[in-house]
Amino acid sequence: MIEEKFDAIVVGAGMSGNAAAYTMASQGLNVLQLERGEYPGSKNVQGAIMYANMLEKIIPDFRDDAPLERHLVEQRLWIMDDTSHTGIHYRSDDFNEAKPNRYTIIRAQFDKWFSRKVREAGATVLCETTVTELVRDTKDKVIGVRTDRTGGEILADVVVLAEGVSGLLGTRARLREMPKPKSVALAVKEMHFLPEEVIEQRFGLKAGEGCVIEAVGTISRSMAGLGFLYTNKESISLGIGCLVSDFASMMESPYVILDALKSHPSIRPLIAGSEVKEYAAHLIPEGGYKAIPQLFGDGWVVVGDAAQLNNAVHREGSNLAMTSGRIAAEAIVQVKSRTRPMTKQNLALYKTMLEKSFVIKDLKKYKDMPALLHTNSQNFFTTYPQLMSQAAQNFMRVDGTPKIDKEKATTAAFIKARSRWGLVSDVVRLAFAWR
Amino acid sequence: MTIAASRIEEKLYQNRYLVDSGRPHIKVRPHQKPSSNLLALTRVCPAQCYELTDEGQVEIIADGCMECGTCRVLCEASGEIEWNYPRGGFGVLFKFG
Repeated sequence: MIEEKFDAIVVGAGMSGNAAAYTMASQGLNVLQLERGEYPGSKNVQGAIMYANMLEKIIPDFRDDAPLERHLVEQRLWIMDDTSHTGIHYRSDDFNEAKPNRYTIIRAQFDKWFSRKVREAGATVLCETTVTELVRDTKDKVIGVRTDRTGGEILADVVVLAEGVSGLLGTRARLREMPKPKSVALAVKEMHFLPEEVIEQRFGLKAGEGCVIEAVGTISRSMAGLGFLYTNKESISLGIGCLVSDFASMMESPYVILDALKSHPSIRPLIAGSEVKEYAAHLIPEGGYKAIPQLFGDGWVVVGDAAQLNNAVHREGSNLAMTSGRIAAEAIVQVKSRTRPMTKQNLALYKTMLEKSFVIKDLKKYKDMPALLHTNSQNFFTTYPQLMSQAAQNFMRVDGTPKIDKEKATTAAFIKARSRWGLVSDVVRLAFAWR
Repeated sequence: MTIAASRIEEKLYQNRYLVDSGRPHIKVRPHQKPSSNLLALTRVCPAQCYELTDEGQVEIIADGCMECGTCRVLCEASGEIEWNYPRGGFGVLFKFG
């Protein structure tokens, strides 16, 4: 099918793959990008929030024509029990700036745009093509790929594996292990369509402004999990994700907990009257720093979700994906410009550069967080949210009980649920994992 | 059919698929008794592709699969399922994603 040899083959057209392909192609490399979907984005699922800074470093004037939904002016963090939510809301007019910081996006549309930029930069993009195998030479160096199209091998100096969280190629080739059930979350999401002005009324937004809600609590039924609601221009993305290991041990159905979230009294009025147009499911890497696999080898690098580069604490993924794709590409461009071969030794530059970026620094900061939250999910995702809700109601409700007795009751409830030692130890462990 | 099952069909009905007829991308290895992880898939699979037969084995109909990989994470290492990508262009095609 394709006779020539490429400087680089990029497997996958998501955030990391597009960032890598664009960066290499715009530096003059001969790049082939392979995508198994009918169009770029057709296999990709995200919440989705896109962080401007990381895309600006790749395409500075992206705001001119990228399909952006709303720029975010408000973030709500909710702790929920079955009938209530306690929230911290942050809204600022400072986010109404000339170049806003964060946007909601719809991935299928955004990825098509990004892919157009990749082609304009000079890369060859081939869709409906599943890469089935890596081709290696006698010394085990990766020298190309095989696809499900007829025509055999396609060769390249380096293969960029941007194949997503459950990427088959790298795991089959034993370049990295399969993610463990406790280090990935399964998220399900629905797209709820509503008229633009209805969304703006319900969330108190001006045209173009957006609001996001992220919530923990009894909605995840004691599993380590997070619910989310993102406002798009004329739709709301509503979903919930929990650890796969928790789903399996609790035998919970994801769409059942999604339906329960939809009927929660705090959520139901926000989506009332909407028309659902899609139901999606996707895995999210949750293992953090300790789950990062080998990132490079002879003739290959791995980027984005495939490399488990996701900051679960801050719910950031696509910016780490874009940044790792860009940095891998820049490393490859440097190795090539020195006319060096794409060996493991030379490609180690990618890891060195990535370690200097926020990607590895952020993941390192929270390296103990996954273990803490995942092994105490009952406490953090059910017990504390319930205690918080009861405390808030106790504080708000005026019923003739003296305030001193109300405070005593709240303190007693915390001690009864977790014991004094348990409370202190939870705070200390949380503080240590956070620092 | 359970209430949950009827609801999942309504959800999947919203989605766009190009099914590769006769070439399912996931297969369950024949077994007498499913492991706890394989059995869990009858609840955990977000598209409810896995069902328990009257004889107590787990079966898959992968037509509604959203290719999330949950079953692969839970059951590929033990060899209970075989997981491949659909051929290029086939499978779920997200309109929004």
